[in-house]
Amino acid sequence: MLFLAVEFPITPEVGIFFWTTIIFLAVWFFLGRFAFKPIQDALKKRENDIQTALDEAKKARQEMANLKSENQALLAKAQEERALILKEAKEAKDSIIATANERAKLEYKEMMDKAKEDIQNQKMAAITDLKNQVGQMSIEIAEKLLQRELSAKKDQEQFVVSLVDNIKLN
Amino acid sequence: MSNFIRTVLLLVPFVFPTWGFAQHDNHANEQHAEISDTSSVACAVPYHGEHHEGEKHEMPYTDEVMLHISDANEIHLFGDVHIPLPCILYSKKEGLTFVLSSAFEHGHKVINGYVLDHGDVKRIQCEEAAKQLEHIDFTETRVEDGVYNSYAIAHHSEYLLEKPASLLNIGSATWFDFSLSKNIASMLLATVLLFIILGTVAKGYKTRDGQAPKGMQSFFEPIFTFMRDEVLIPSIGPKYERYMPFVMSLFFFVLFSNLLGLIPFLGGANITGNVATTMALAVMTFLVVNLSGNKHYWQHIFWMPGTPVWVRFLLAPIEFLGIFIKPFTLLIRLFANITAGHILVLVLVGLIFILGKNGESIGGAVGGGVIGLLFAFFINILELFVSFLQAFIFALLSSLYIGSAVVDHHHDDHHEHEVAHSH
Repeated sequence: MLFLAVEFPITPEVGIFFWTTIIFLAVWFFLGRFAFKPIQDALKKRENDIQTALDEAKKARQEMANLKSENQALLAKAQEERALILKEAKEAKDSIIATANERAKLEYKEMMDKAKEDIQNQKMAAITDLKNQVGQMSIEIAEKLLQRELSAKKDQEQFVVSLVDNIKLN
Repeated sequence: MSNFIRTVLLLVPFVFPTWGFAQHDNHANEQHAEISDTSSVACAVPYHGEHHEGEKHEMPYTDEVMLHISDANEIHLFGDVHIPLPCILYSKKEGLTFVLSSAFEHGHKVINGYVLDHGDVKRIQCEEAAKQLEHIDFTETRVEDGVYNSYAIAHHSEYLLEKPASLLNIGSATWFDFSLSKNIASMLLATVLLFIILGTVAKGYKTRDGQAPKGMQSFFEPIFTFMRDEVLIPSIGPKYERYMPFVMSLFFFVLFSNLLGLIPFLGGANITGNVATTMALAVMTFLVVNLSGNKHYWQHIFWMPGTPVWVRFLLAPIEFLGIFIKPFTLLIRLFANITAGHILVLVLVGLIFILGKNGESIGGAVGGGVIGLLFAFFINILELFVSFLQAFIFALLSSLYIGSAVVDHHHDDHHEHEVAHSH
């Protein structure tokens, strides 16, 4: 007697359906609450953390770049200022020197003028003095001449020469 | 723990071929029915079958296969060694009966009218006989007019046995089997494993907050994120988080049940290859989908927008049937895939017995063994893949159905507004 005595198991038994439902509901409730939710939250938190960290790194990089460019701008400005200051200093120096030269020249000229004037004055004074002395001496000579007898012509001449020799112009 | 899983997975193909191939011997225990005068028992019908008490009962191999993929009230390890399981039986007449399956003495003892037929609890249909009989000789199943009828035979009389209520005859059935059967026990084991493993993983996120995943966390995190990013988010959309626990539970529950079903030493429980189990899961999906369906979902079923009115009348019944057909395909797909895999392995292993002509031909048995085990090995590897695939498909399709129920049809809204304006 060969026949299939065991039925193909395709009858949905109430007990298995019942227990599967209960067990699955328990799995759904407990795993959902104590496993899947915490895992999901942790993963989400981690993803957020990573995103935040990335964003912050990007921001920091941006800030660094900004800082660097700012520094460069500052440096360039400083250099510019230095150049300006140097230029100004040079100009100031040049102008000071020029002014000084001018003043020196002016003073020199003034001094020269004054010196010339002095010389002129002295010269005039000397000439006056000389004139006076020459006049004096002439008078003296004339006196002496008058006092001596004009004997010989030769003697006379000698006398005059000696007189002239005696005149010492200082 | 991950080492344990790895070891188990590696062992599966090697131990599978040993999956329960003891010949069933209904008469190992030479128990005699106590009632010698059959005429005193009600509903007694003379037994004219060929089997006799104490005789070896050779079962067709196909029956062996069917028995192995069916649920049972005890876990058959090998030979006559069984792990007893608690039986919770409810009959409309007897009320609640709570016994261990070992109390049935391998199908020889009658307890409150219940007997064990090939590891499956059945009830003697005739209530008088159920009360009077205390022992039976053996059970037998015959196909009569295309119906599988099981009989308990006691002293040359046979008594028709009634199967427990199924969902198909729940109204007319007289008794219910709420036992922690082989499948349910394995399912509970899978659930406990699921709780321990995923609980450990979840705990890892708490204790190692802000740190990189480690150990089991690293194994389950990619699976979790894959299910979330490739299944949940694309199919459900921004509202996915509400349905995440459900779909994840489905995936992991089906996966663990599939994998546990591949381990032969636990009785080779065909957990997800049972139509009631897959039906329960499909009903869950059905309820979740239809209870969260928004007005667009129902509109697309009963009054399809964007089509001519006469087409809408045609589409409505089709779409309405679709509500039930979708979860039905879920239950059939999982059940058929897992059962087919189990049958394939059993048949390949059965080559040993078929080619060996039940021990008559040693050469045939060896040849069958070599070929059968080689193929069974590959089928097992394939089943390992199928376990993951079917769990994935069940979760994917469930979330697609949920997605169709909760999706916002902005373009339709827009269209409706335009129509409203034009009027």
